[in-house]
Amino acid sequence: MNQTWDIDSTSITRRILDALRLDPVLLSLLLILALFGCMVLFSASGSDNAIVIRQLTRILVALILLVAVANIPLRMLRKISIWLYLGGVGLLVVAVFFGEVGKGAQRWLDLGFIRFQPSEILKLAVPMIVATYLANRVLPVGFKELVVSSVLVLIPVVLIARQPDLGTAILVGSAGFFVLFLAGVRWRIMIILGVLFSAMAPLLWKFALHDYQRKRILTLLDPESDPLGSGYHIIQSKIAIGSGGVYGKGWLNGTQSQLDFIPERSTDFIFSVFGEEFGFFGSVVLLLIYLAIILRGLYIAAHSDENFGRLLAGALSLTFFVYLFVNTGMVAGMLPVVGVPLPLISYGGTSMVTLMMGFGLIMSIRSAKRFLV
Amino acid sequence: MSKREQLKDDFLENRLIRRRLALAALFIVILLSMVLGRLYVLQVVEYEHFSTLSDSNRIRIKALPPTRGLIFDRHGVVMADNLPTYRLEIVREQVADLDAILAQLRQYVDYSEQDLKRFKQSSKRRRPFESIPLRLNLSDEEVARLAVNLHQFEGVEINARLTRNYPQGEHAVHALGYVGRIDERDLGEVDEIDYAGSTHIGKLGLEKFYEHELHGTVGVQQVEVNANGRTLRVLSESPPIQGNNLHLTIDSRLQRVAEEAFGQQSGAVVAIDPNNGEILALVSMPIFNPNLFVNGISFENYNQLRDSPSRPLFNRALSGQYPPGSTTKPFYGLAGLESKVNKKDQETFCIGYYQLPNEPRRYRDWKKEGHGHMDLNGAITQSCDVYFYDLAYRLGIDRMSSFMQQFGFGEKTGVDSTGERGGLLPSREWKRRNEGMPWFPGETLITGIGQGALLVTPLQLANSTAAFSIKGTRYQPHLVKSVEKIPDYHKIEIVSCVAGRYDLLKPKNWEHVHKAMVNVVHGLRGTAFRISRGMQYRAAGKTGTAQVFEIGQDNEYDEETVAEKLRDHALFVSYAPADEPRIAVAVIVENGGHGSSVAAPIARRIMDAFLVEQS
Repeated sequence: MNQTWDIDSTSITRRILDALRLDPVLLSLLLILALFGCMVLFSASGSDNAIVIRQLTRILVALILLVAVANIPLRMLRKISIWLYLGGVGLLVVAVFFGEVGKGAQRWLDLGFIRFQPSEILKLAVPMIVATYLANRVLPVGFKELVVSSVLVLIPVVLIARQPDLGTAILVGSAGFFVLFLAGVRWRIMIILGVLFSAMAPLLWKFALHDYQRKRILTLLDPESDPLGSGYHIIQSKIAIGSGGVYGKGWLNGTQSQLDFIPERSTDFIFSVFGEEFGFFGSVVLLLIYLAIILRGLYIAAHSDENFGRLLAGALSLTFFVYLFVNTGMVAGMLPVVGVPLPLISYGGTSMVTLMMGFGLIMSIRSAKRFLV
Repeated sequence: MSKREQLKDDFLENRLIRRRLALAALFIVILLSMVLGRLYVLQVVEYEHFSTLSDSNRIRIKALPPTRGLIFDRHGVVMADNLPTYRLEIVREQVADLDAILAQLRQYVDYSEQDLKRFKQSSKRRRPFESIPLRLNLSDEEVARLAVNLHQFEGVEINARLTRNYPQGEHAVHALGYVGRIDERDLGEVDEIDYAGSTHIGKLGLEKFYEHELHGTVGVQQVEVNANGRTLRVLSESPPIQGNNLHLTIDSRLQRVAEEAFGQQSGAVVAIDPNNGEILALVSMPIFNPNLFVNGISFENYNQLRDSPSRPLFNRALSGQYPPGSTTKPFYGLAGLESKVNKKDQETFCIGYYQLPNEPRRYRDWKKEGHGHMDLNGAITQSCDVYFYDLAYRLGIDRMSSFMQQFGFGEKTGVDSTGERGGLLPSREWKRRNEGMPWFPGETLITGIGQGALLVTPLQLANSTAAFSIKGTRYQPHLVKSVEKIPDYHKIEIVSCVAGRYDLLKPKNWEHVHKAMVNVVHGLRGTAFRISRGMQYRAAGKTGTAQVFEIGQDNEYDEETVAEKLRDHALFVSYAPADEPRIAVAVIVENGGHGSSVAAPIARRIMDAFLVEQS
């Protein structure tokens, strides 16, 4: 009797999820991560309930949007991708002229009722447009397709990098690049581009980077050189993570974090709080959860019926990894300080919403094929 | 073979994408392993090291604020320096019960709600071991009272810091601007790291415009502290670098003469060296003491300044926009000759008013009975309105505004200060865009005597007069002569840029107007003849009276019956020596009445001080 009831209940959950076109595996991993994130946030914010509640609200909103996006059929997604892209680039241009300047960077656009960063739209729109464009072409991509796609990617990337918002530029650029990579740009071309890029690096260093961006890269090489600025972030973050040891100091017990030594500890540097309180063991578990999410995304990509789905789901999953890698690399002192949040855990609404909508796209791709497990 | 490549083959393509996906997954695993490897090194291998560092996180980093650059006038008189003042500061980390301490401190020293709010704001931003000021500018008595009782308060310090001081007080305040406490808005505009130790920032005027020069470079001190946070020893230090010094074009003595010449009246004076655009004096009256603002002005003081009907906080020289009145007549006179609409000897008969053909309205002259026969020289010397109504009618608004534009009317001069406004040069296009209405001929007439929509700032008027005095070359006016770079005290001169140039069609045309302007001052019938008595040089000038108050068609303006704030503004522009100008002056006295009796004597005082009394 009991047995039957169990089966019934799982199958009901199953049916509900199916009706909502959601992937149970991905959804449960995301929920675990987000709720886990709230716990870390509670500690990082100095036990501030209000902040956690605000974050929970954002998670809820983001989930609703996820469900909404998951229910858009692929056909429709391909159709709207061009408008999404044009709209996003248009808003970027508008932001150049009318954007609000915060902390020296022109990122925000105020529409009266809502303030948002147009660059967020492009994190989704760029891979969508490139995937749409390449889906009907013969793969591996030829020279013409490569040029067209590169232009599509570079326009918004340059606009965003000029704001200046290096972190978002990297994310948008890599999202577009991943579509191309998956669509089979020949190795030869990739190597040539790689060599060209490294040859141009000194020029980029001199002309494309802002002073503060150069300073951050130099700071990485020698944190002591900028002890009042980002060097201080790196020094303190390393002390926090390192002092966590194998098992960590325990939840709410991180002295570095609780004593306010870590700047931006609820946002970009939240991983150092985590590392201090949960130790190496906790970090391994956390990274495994992330890995599982990424692999699930790649799995859905590999099993999609059409190129659009394969390319888009693959690129979105890989971009998610870039978030993770850039953030943890920065906090652990391996990469320069670039404003990229720890996905789904850092405090803040915009990245949470965009990420969840990205997963909504992946779920829509999954349900386009009926029998995918 | 090539045919096959053109066809889509889903199987092959799927295999390609899957291969790439697998490759990407491999990369991900490798990169994640690198991150894990790094974490392993930090958390397992070097655990001991970091654990010790964390236990005794004893190394603190302190920001050392730089000393602000000094400001001198053109002869080296100190206009802004720094004085040590005592501040009450609190190190949050060392205080057990902040609220209790704050309450107790009230017994010894008075601090306002504003101080408290600011303290709380900056403690959010600063690290807990940094000392945060609660009160600045403690009096000697307060310092003594606190020092005796300081042992009761762990974490409370009295520190001496250098603070901005304006030794001349209210003198030249509108030229200098002032500094104030940093607030949230300021931090958005600067690199927060550079201001880690600073409490003040330029808020207005030169102090704001040259903030990047004046502020200096922050220093850093690494110190070791004991368990209570007290500094044990300094481990390393890179000292702060003082901000650069500014040497102004302003002549403090001249500035003071102008301020004194004004007495109780409101208005503005700008004096410029026409040969290079250096501003010799920039006065806006009344003045106020900028030292009040340095350490946070009290509400009473601020309200008093803000609500005062004479508006001392308003920088009239840069932001005040006034109708220029008859001071524009030399420009229109020149425009008439240059565009060949008018001739020097062509006469107009003035009967005291002017009428457009087919229009009943009478445009009045200031002289009710009329001036009679007027040529250009007479019309400028005696400031005949009817002559210029007629000239304006013949010129038309398009020629008038495009000519005036070439002398800088209607646009900002680009002076190196804040708050400058651009005045207003009306044109057909402007009226259509702003009022959606066509231009009426009557408006051309009143623009022709410098009334109507035409507005200028005193700086603009002085600069245009300067440009006129040297036959059309207009410099971008500036307040700073040189920047003295610290630490090597190397002076960098500010180069005077030419902002615009009007090329005369015939130099004779300019000569005619110039002579008429000399006549204004030295001619027997000149409107400013009164100031020429005892003058040791020759000057050229033009008086002006600008209406604030519209008089009805059939009424007459009577100075006695009109309230003071509706009385006309008195204006005077001038340059001297007439043959080789070294100074150009524009004076505006608000509600002063006639330019000839009120504004001209002020200009004379300044020119005397500059040309004759120079020591």
